[in-house]
Amino acid sequence: MERFVSIILSLSLAFGAAARTLTVRPYSSMSSVAGAIRSALAGDTVLVYPGVYYEKGLIVDKPILLKGVSHPVLDGEHRYEVVTIKSNGVTMEGFVIRHSGYSGWNDLAGIRLTAVKHVVIRNNELDDTFFGLYCQNSDSCVLSNNILHSRADSSAQPGNGIHCWHCTAMQILNNTITRHRDGIYFEFVTGSLIRGNKSFYNVRYGLHFMFSHNDRYMANIFDHNEAGVSVMFSHGVDMQDNLFADNQGGGAYGILLKEITDSRVTGSRFQHNTVAIYMEGTTRVRIEKNTFRDNGWAIRIQASCSADTICRNDFFGNTFDVATNGSLVLNNFDRNYWDKYEGYDLNRDGYGDVPYHPVSLYAMVAEKNPAAMLLYHSFMVDLLDRTEKVAPGVTPADLVDHFPAMKPGIINSNP
Amino acid sequence: MKKIVKYVLLDILRNKILISYTLLLFAITMTMLLLGDNETKVLLSLLNIVLIVLPLVSIIFSTIYYYNSVEFIELLVCQPIRRTSILLSIYAGLTLSLLIAFAIGVGLPLLLMDHSSTAALLVMIGCLLTVIFAALAILGSVRMRDKTRGIGMAILAWFYFSLLYDGLVLFLLFQFSDYPLEKPSIVLGALNPIDLARIMLLLRLDSSAMMGYTGAVFQEFFGSAGGTLLAFGLLLLWTMVPLWAALRRFNHKDL
Repeated sequence: MERFVSIILSLSLAFGAAARTLTVRPYSSMSSVAGAIRSALAGDTVLVYPGVYYEKGLIVDKPILLKGVSHPVLDGEHRYEVVTIKSNGVTMEGFVIRHSGYSGWNDLAGIRLTAVKHVVIRNNELDDTFFGLYCQNSDSCVLSNNILHSRADSSAQPGNGIHCWHCTAMQILNNTITRHRDGIYFEFVTGSLIRGNKSFYNVRYGLHFMFSHNDRYMANIFDHNEAGVSVMFSHGVDMQDNLFADNQGGGAYGILLKEITDSRVTGSRFQHNTVAIYMEGTTRVRIEKNTFRDNGWAIRIQASCSADTICRNDFFGNTFDVATNGSLVLNNFDRNYWDKYEGYDLNRDGYGDVPYHPVSLYAMVAEKNPAAMLLYHSFMVDLLDRTEKVAPGVTPADLVDHFPAMKPGIINSNP
Repeated sequence: MKKIVKYVLLDILRNKILISYTLLLFAITMTMLLLGDNETKVLLSLLNIVLIVLPLVSIIFSTIYYYNSVEFIELLVCQPIRRTSILLSIYAGLTLSLLIAFAIGVGLPLLLMDHSSTAALLVMIGCLLTVIFAALAILGSVRMRDKTRGIGMAILAWFYFSLLYDGLVLFLLFQFSDYPLEKPSIVLGALNPIDLARIMLLLRLDSSAMMGYTGAVFQEFFGSAGGTLLAFGLLLLWTMVPLWAALRRFNHKDL
């Protein structure tokens, strides 16, 4: 809230003070955006009219409103970083930014924010950029409603869509990101919000998250990314109401959680992923009220996880509900709905009277020996699974839902 | 030859066991289609029927039918007809009638209520398995003169293909688990018609699970057009080879 107030205050102050408007048009006396910025004062508005501008690296070093009318194009000619913002309080909107340089040495971006505060980047379209929006050492910036599209199919390797490094209190809202390396990349970013973004068909992760504490991401859609979403080495991450779908392949996960503590995954939907959630070395993570539908593995939880709570989730049509790699279980699996549960509820309290063991024998076998998936669904394997259900021997006895719900949770009952 | 096929076909179609087999398949399929909430689950259950019941019925029924018509075959051999065409006609009549039963029992309800290409693949695979196990039955019965031993062999063959073989494969996979087994497992899968059929259909049904690393290897192999053709070719080979062996034996056999 504080951020909002400060942004609004700084903007209104700026407008009140100067209120000059400079216009940039092709073939006019003011035909270069850089020229307009040079003659602008803090608080001015620079209006850019349609046309293609080759600015050879535009640098914005004053707190101005840079506004594109009917999508003017800033072209980086495949050589330059298109826009670099070096001043606090810049607002940039309505541009098409394309053809940034590609480099193995510099991370050339469509728009770079270097050590700035209160910058707003909105309603821009970035096409064929190496990195899309690149934020470093920045604070309280808003990136919203941008469309980022790299060309992962071309010969050059793409960079990340929205790349944040050492930032705080960022807001990434309603952006669409495709064909980048990582859709959204967070490293050392704290107290930030990622909401309503759509990240799909990226060559690596839809969202890549490292050493970034106390962040929230909610209501995002991540699908068809080569490796899904990865959240690593962070604490206090709040993941709400996201959709993770169709992340398929040998190393693809809906979410990969590695070394995460005190975090929550709630209200999310996982569909058609090879592995919906993969957990390694997590502590005190709550996975609550999510829906897992038609995944290969709904949850793969390694024995290195402890004090995690997996409760009130709904599991439908997953090949394996839970798989683990050891017999040690320090996590709680109570009160979930499992479509494979076959027990009864005599006292009608809504929870089955017989505990449910969500790990099937063959999940253990496949965990030890992936090639054994060859025999999945064969007569013999079905027989083995049945036998194990009657008398558990191989599957971890402690991985058990003591109160399996008889009906799917109310919140998630609608597909 | 046409006459013999027609005779065998009409003879079997009046058979009570075959009629009840048709009705059973029809009842099971209809129940599953009407009760099942989820198309994939229905097809998965039907896959189990196709992989277990179909081979069993076709191998046992064909074996028993062959032994019951030994005298009829002896009569035919006295006529100026080539032995090859006698055996082939009997085989054709048998498989045709079993295929009709399967088509009415499973194919018809699936066609009416589920139009997906996976359902079509299921029917196709069912047909191929019927043909393969009838051929195996003919081979077994031609080689064994004694009816009891013949039927025993048939049951054993079914048991081997649907259960023992998978057990052996699992044993092998664990014995050699230190080695990369993805490619050998494709070969192992191809050596059993039931496994081959199952993998082909599972790749369509349960794709996300099979898409793990092993699944990806399978998908790459069987998912491609060439792989699918190869798989169908292998299944056809599973028909041709037993039939050819049976013919060789039958042509030189002292009846």
